[in-house]
Amino acid sequence: MRAIGLILAGGNNHRMKELSTKRAIAAMPVAGSYRGIDFSLSNMSNSHVQKVAVLTQYNSRSLNEHLSSSKWWDFGRKQGGLYIFTPMVTADNNFWYRGTADCIYQNLDWLKQSHEPYVVIASGDGVYKMDYNKVLEYHIEKKADITVVCKDMPEDTDMSRFGVVKDDGEGRLIDMEEKPMATDAHLVSCGIYIIRRRQLIELIEKCAQEDRYDFVRDILIRYKNVKKIYVYRMDSYWNSISSVESYYQTNMDFLRPEVRRHFLQEYPDIYSKVQDLPPAKYNAGSNVHNSLVASGCIINGTVEDSVLFKKVFVGNNCVIKNSIILNDVYLGDNTYIENCIVESRDTIRANSRYVGENGVKVVIEKNERYVI
Amino acid sequence: MFNVATRGDSVIKKEMIAMLLAGGQGSRLGVLTAKVAKPAVAFGGKYRIIDFPLSNCINSGIDTVGVLTQYQPLRLNTHIGIGMPWDLDRNNGGVTVLSPYEKSAGSDWYSGTANAIYQNIDYIDTYNPDYVLILSGDHIYKMDYEVMLEYHKENNAAVTIACMPVPWEEAGRFGVVITDEHGQISEFEEKPANPRSNLASMGIYIFTWKLLREALIRMKDVPHCDFGKHILPECLEQGERLFAYEYNGYWKDVGTLGSYWEANMELIDIIPEFNLYEEFWKIYTKSDAVPPLYVSREGFIERSIVCGNSNIEGTVINSVIGAGVFVGKGAVVRDSIIMKNTVIGAGCQVDRSIIAEEVEVGENCILGVGENIPNKVNPKVYSFGLVTIGENSVIPPGVQIGLNTAISGATEIGDYPSGMLGSGETLIKAGERS
Repeated sequence: MRAIGLILAGGNNHRMKELSTKRAIAAMPVAGSYRGIDFSLSNMSNSHVQKVAVLTQYNSRSLNEHLSSSKWWDFGRKQGGLYIFTPMVTADNNFWYRGTADCIYQNLDWLKQSHEPYVVIASGDGVYKMDYNKVLEYHIEKKADITVVCKDMPEDTDMSRFGVVKDDGEGRLIDMEEKPMATDAHLVSCGIYIIRRRQLIELIEKCAQEDRYDFVRDILIRYKNVKKIYVYRMDSYWNSISSVESYYQTNMDFLRPEVRRHFLQEYPDIYSKVQDLPPAKYNAGSNVHNSLVASGCIINGTVEDSVLFKKVFVGNNCVIKNSIILNDVYLGDNTYIENCIVESRDTIRANSRYVGENGVKVVIEKNERYVI
Repeated sequence: MFNVATRGDSVIKKEMIAMLLAGGQGSRLGVLTAKVAKPAVAFGGKYRIIDFPLSNCINSGIDTVGVLTQYQPLRLNTHIGIGMPWDLDRNNGGVTVLSPYEKSAGSDWYSGTANAIYQNIDYIDTYNPDYVLILSGDHIYKMDYEVMLEYHKENNAAVTIACMPVPWEEAGRFGVVITDEHGQISEFEEKPANPRSNLASMGIYIFTWKLLREALIRMKDVPHCDFGKHILPECLEQGERLFAYEYNGYWKDVGTLGSYWEANMELIDIIPEFNLYEEFWKIYTKSDAVPPLYVSREGFIERSIVCGNSNIEGTVINSVIGAGVFVGKGAVVRDSIIMKNTVIGAGCQVDRSIIAEEVEVGENCILGVGENIPNKVNPKVYSFGLVTIGENSVIPPGVQIGLNTAISGATEIGDYPSGMLGSGETLIKAGERS
């Protein structure tokens, strides 16, 4: 493809509450076996974008651990590859990334030294499958300056966590609002943009001169009447991990057959770091229904309508309902868990009981693990 | 020009490299090895048999492994690739697949285990090793070869043979070694009627390379030159020091359908003797199943291991299920091994079956019924009361299949007289699942 990729994975989101204390949003585990950034990275790889930079800042170590090798996403190439850019102090800059535009500005040299004509910008928290070539074709056909990938959301969606977009009926973006309290629009920006590389460099430099740091507010919204900004509507599954509720929902969506078929069975695949875990094991007394179970799990109890991530141990007589159990959690015997997200690497004592009464509850018990 | 010789003392040198014999068919696995070599047969859901010796190598610090292939190598070659899953993709060493090749003076297949090594002396010489570890690609075990090497060095041995004590009554089925109190071998007995020792050879040898090299060249004209039959007795005759290294962990030869089935089933135990869930000594494999597995609302799984990307809508009890397997609604799978990407239609009853990769079993089939009558064509192979179905086969809906049966190919309803393949029958057809 004639484009390079930029994945913006630097931000924290307060709506993720305790779940973001120890990791970047892009490193959040998703759908049993993946992490948030796997989706954008796999899309890049599958769209033949061969040179990709991940811009990371908040809790970046968690993400760096996941990106320890680029070979899982097929980026271990002589041409291009995977770059990870954390903020750095230079002769003329000693700031952290102050926003989405600023983080691109601080790595502008990389953009300048590339030769590919286009840039695909994506975020690290989107869960979707997309061929960026289709967006690029659209971008060229419309002679657009910037193309924004958008998704029509259902009527009852809480729009206050999205960038809301209006178009003129022919695809041209005429209005955009960041996280509005009230709106009649249902088209949201997915945080995926295509733009000519030279155009991006020009806009970002201008932004920096004016001490503006945000890509959406200071480029998309500010230039909407000057530049031709077009909307590309995607019709397949898209969700972003931006709050505890949406994180829970995104994982639960994978219990639906059509979502699983789209992501897990249809070509192309989503890739992730391979961990060499043995297959999941079901002992006597296990009773699993309508659930996803990742490798390395050992199950002795009842699991219903839940998602179990890698290496979860479910003790005897446990009951888990409508819950998400993250990686490497040990659940002692007789534990009852309903409507919860259990934080990774945790050890839940035997006979514990956690129920999310009003919405989803995040369970974090910082117990030492003596067993196994 | 620099070459190895002019670089003085700093030539490439590996203390020990491994040579993995993976060329055999393993004909006692019947239709399972009709299209793949035995080391490439799936085991424990996501693994292939060769993963165990390969993982043992890297876990023991051996980073140079030659894999000798000959019979149906395609699956093995694609599985091994450049060795990435085992961290054997190295600048210097790593895994190399060694297939028979044409030479200016005649070309030969590998005619025996030792002959295969003889034909690859050049490969071994490249690494200039002190010791060569000879492995076979058909055993399930975890073993630290480094400890065995220590033992070899301590004894100043020419050859060290890994041996396992087996029950006396079974010793007659193995090649046993007779040793003195220090472990030095004085005699070999191949399948003795009245065994004088219960130390069975595991087919794992460490040779001091210089001695092995000489022996291979000396014996190069022996037809079907084999380690057990020719090289080891020759070494003993020459008065070399041969030692038995006693190994007491889990080791399983999965050479027959019965032992293959048993070894898979043992993984299901609460705390299996062979534990894949330990952090220590991981077994690596080429992972083609990243996604989690899904169990539907009607699905039920107990006492089983099931790999990722499988879709279980029926009941699975006491079975080992590979990746990407689909078990339809109302189907019951019991005491069976089902490999990668196989589809079990709704309403099937599957008992005591080994179903290879990419098989399609139509709806409402009943597998594993009837009497335990020996197989009529090949009673030695298909004799454990099992149904064995080769890869890419198709089983039409609604048929019944008896015990000690073997099926391979795209079968149709007409191949089953009155909808039944009786116990002891064999059905081999051309064609594959499309």
